[in-house]
Amino acid sequence: MKSTAAKAKTAPDRDLGSSVTDLIGNTPLLRLSRVCPQANLYAKAEWYNPGQSCKDRPALYILNEAERSGQLKKGLTVLDATSGNTGIAYAMICADRGYPVTLCMPASVTPARIKVLKAYGAELILTDPILFSDGAILKARELYAAAPEKYFYADQYGNENNWISHYETTGPEIYAQTAGRITHFVATLGTGGTFTGAGRFLKEQSKDIQLIEVQPDAAFHGLEGMKHMESSIVPPIYDARLADRKMAVRTEAAYRWVVELAKREGLLAGISSGAALEAARIVAAENPQGTVVTVFPDNGLKYLSEHFWDDNL
Amino acid sequence: MTAKIEIPSALQKFVNDQKTVEVEEGTVKNVFNGLIGKYGELQNHLYDEQGQIRSFINIYLNDEDIRYAQNLDTEVKSGDVIQIVPSIAGGF
Repeated sequence: MKSTAAKAKTAPDRDLGSSVTDLIGNTPLLRLSRVCPQANLYAKAEWYNPGQSCKDRPALYILNEAERSGQLKKGLTVLDATSGNTGIAYAMICADRGYPVTLCMPASVTPARIKVLKAYGAELILTDPILFSDGAILKARELYAAAPEKYFYADQYGNENNWISHYETTGPEIYAQTAGRITHFVATLGTGGTFTGAGRFLKEQSKDIQLIEVQPDAAFHGLEGMKHMESSIVPPIYDARLADRKMAVRTEAAYRWVVELAKREGLLAGISSGAALEAARIVAAENPQGTVVTVFPDNGLKYLSEHFWDDNL
Repeated sequence: MTAKIEIPSALQKFVNDQKTVEVEEGTVKNVFNGLIGKYGELQNHLYDEQGQIRSFINIYLNDEDIRYAQNLDTEVKSGDVIQIVPSIAGGF
């Protein structure tokens, strides 16, 4: 029998955790047997990434490719518009690699998020909340236009490495974790990176796999992290022709499922996870013999100050 | 003189593309009822199924959150400015 010490001595660097980025990806796929007992519904728990969201994947791919191509080098500051999770991922990775980070975000972002970003050392530029994320995008573009020599403008909305990260990691993980049995993939739209990347991979494995995208039901909504495409600046990486079906979720339905997930599954998930579940449950109910997979983009700790929790705590 | 409500861009199409709407004085509740009386499509966007202001909406009266005043009973006076701000950043 091998001793623990001997085992540790022969373990590869990855197991020893040589960098925080080594922990990105390979997140668990959870069966949601209580909120959806009648069908095979699974959720990818993306908060198991070290930055606690799915955004670690595109941030790592964007920064790796920028370093490889020479667009990002020492002395430059990483710049982007983000209301949170992508910013947390950039800030975490750049703290590890020694790059300064400047992030533009709506002033309405939760105080908890601001603290996390500051903890990683990011500089924050807060924009008019009435303009939602579009105000932050315009500010980031303005900063870059004024001093392009100072920044690497990561541009998560238009950077192809965003969706490629999901094409090369999230999609293959889901396919392997379901042993190829997945029949329906349901994902919420933010930048469109998860849906486009994982969706393209899955469709290549089988044309029969149905891709379902989920948006807020209206331009005015409370679904943090999600985009109502019709009324927003449409991210260039979003492939509007990919979906076999488009679903819309009302804010209150998503909130209800966030509460239910915590109370019935022991999963404290984020708001977009509630929206994903609302849509995925409908798909699962229609396809009781299928294997439905959705993505839970982040956990709920950052949203506990939201008022929908007031009557549920 | 009257007070005014600043309309978020996502809702402006329901108020004939106006950025602000002038309203009469009264409580915030009266002001919102008046607004919805005039622009009925706002009802579903501002109120939930129980008839309460939707939980993600913050209402500011002269930059102060009405939750920390008298909530919907807060008095709106001539010259005041009301803002309707979703509590999310709306991004990712």
